[in-house]
Amino acid sequence: MIPVLEVQDLAKHFQMHHLGQKLHAFDSINFTLQAGEFLLLRGPNGVGKSTLLRTLYRSYLPRAGHIWYHTTEGRIDLATAADVDIALLRRREIGFVTQFLIARPRVAAEDIVAEPLRRAGMPAHEALGEARRWLAEFGVKRDLWRAYPTTFSGGEQQKVNLARALILPQRLLLLDEPTASLDAGARAALIRRLADLKAAGVAMIGVFHHPGDVAGLIDRKIELTAQEVSEDVAV
Amino acid sequence: MIATAPPLALQAPQLMTTPPLLTMTGVSRRYGDVVALRDVSATVYPGEVLGIVGESGSGKSTLLRMMNLEDMPDAGDYRLALPDLPGNLFDLDRFARRMLCATRIGIVYQNPHLGLLMKHTSSGNVAERLLIAGERSFAALRGRAREALDASEFPLDRMDARPLELSGGMQQRVQLAKAIALEPVLLLLDEPTTGLDVSVQALVLDTLKRLQRDRAMTIVIVSHDLGVIRTMADRVMVMRRGRVVEQGLADQIFQDPQHDYTQQLVHAKL
Repeated sequence: MIPVLEVQDLAKHFQMHHLGQKLHAFDSINFTLQAGEFLLLRGPNGVGKSTLLRTLYRSYLPRAGHIWYHTTEGRIDLATAADVDIALLRRREIGFVTQFLIARPRVAAEDIVAEPLRRAGMPAHEALGEARRWLAEFGVKRDLWRAYPTTFSGGEQQKVNLARALILPQRLLLLDEPTASLDAGARAALIRRLADLKAAGVAMIGVFHHPGDVAGLIDRKIELTAQEVSEDVAV
Repeated sequence: MIATAPPLALQAPQLMTTPPLLTMTGVSRRYGDVVALRDVSATVYPGEVLGIVGESGSGKSTLLRMMNLEDMPDAGDYRLALPDLPGNLFDLDRFARRMLCATRIGIVYQNPHLGLLMKHTSSGNVAERLLIAGERSFAALRGRAREALDASEFPLDRMDARPLELSGGMQQRVQLAKAIALEPVLLLLDEPTTGLDVSVQALVLDTLKRLQRDRAMTIVIVSHDLGVIRTMADRVMVMRRGRVVEQGLADQIFQDPQHDYTQQLVHAKL
């Protein structure tokens, strides 16, 4: 079986010019992920779990190694793929779920949620119907659907964010503590959605503050261990 | 300064099979002793928003003017994926350049005086664009001007007011209406919200985002304001002293800037 993702000797550090320093994140990460598999990243705070997720998503540029992502048209190395290819994969196949919503002025909650479907070419009224269904599923009150989330509480913003992030099934989902500060109802909705996506073959890599939340979904775990934190480099 | 290990070199696009809408290669320009652009190359794909950031004198506005064929480089090649204009657009004669800009490229300047006739009506300013393109029916001119002003969220009860009498935010909306009236293939924005009040700026940006989303417009936006670029752009090019120092996906440029200068810019942002 062809995996979704093959990560080979992936390394990341940050070069901080104003300090003349390299901040070490991780070295030689290796793992393979199959369709429908759920991989949990574990390790103490600050060990680089979120950094790894962001490097896989290419919000951070890797320093070395490969991130082979298998598409229907062959494999592509996310570590060095062109920016436009990464942007295209993010629209169609690779999702990133955080606990933070990037709300925009004067865009209604239901429009924010419908946007990924609209971008994928779904007609407006159909996308809006789907968006409302997911807002309801995550427990956002009906009177808020047409309101602007810029003014919502953190918890309500997070629900809008999750509905948006999970509305369009992706092939690979990166989950960065999506359950943090969710109420019980929304957490249950999230876990139901993740279980459905997993059953549909979506591969997932997640960081969870309370892995117990997703205990039933986890297939494998990777333990990240602390390495030297920083090293001085020649000035 | 410290020695930097070069980041991994990125590959040519493999999955993106649509060719770029805009391709600029090796553009250089000097004004006397001042080098405004040194060997600048850029590509923009259909439906994409490219942000160009840099401080005053970085060459970012000069580059945008080149894209609008207002200024010619000393060297360089510029192509838009238009079947009727396959060659280097810098080789076009003055008349062909003017037609191309009027009909296929829209631009919004920071200074509305550059883009608008301040003593004509707002609707007249928009209609002028349509006249250049050959529209002669008064009803059609007015109807299309109205449509473009409406899409730019300009209050239609003021469409016969002169830009002179309008607020800065409204003037920018008239410029925007004029720019999009002919549904250009490329929209250029030169500091479109600089100088506006913060709340007005947010509303104009929101209009721009909305238009971009609804019409899948290809946009190049220049700003010294990182917040504006972060809101608008899919990809970002960082310029300094006429050169491109770094480019990447917007989130990567803001979260993991590689170049010393980009790190300073990002960290200096409030």
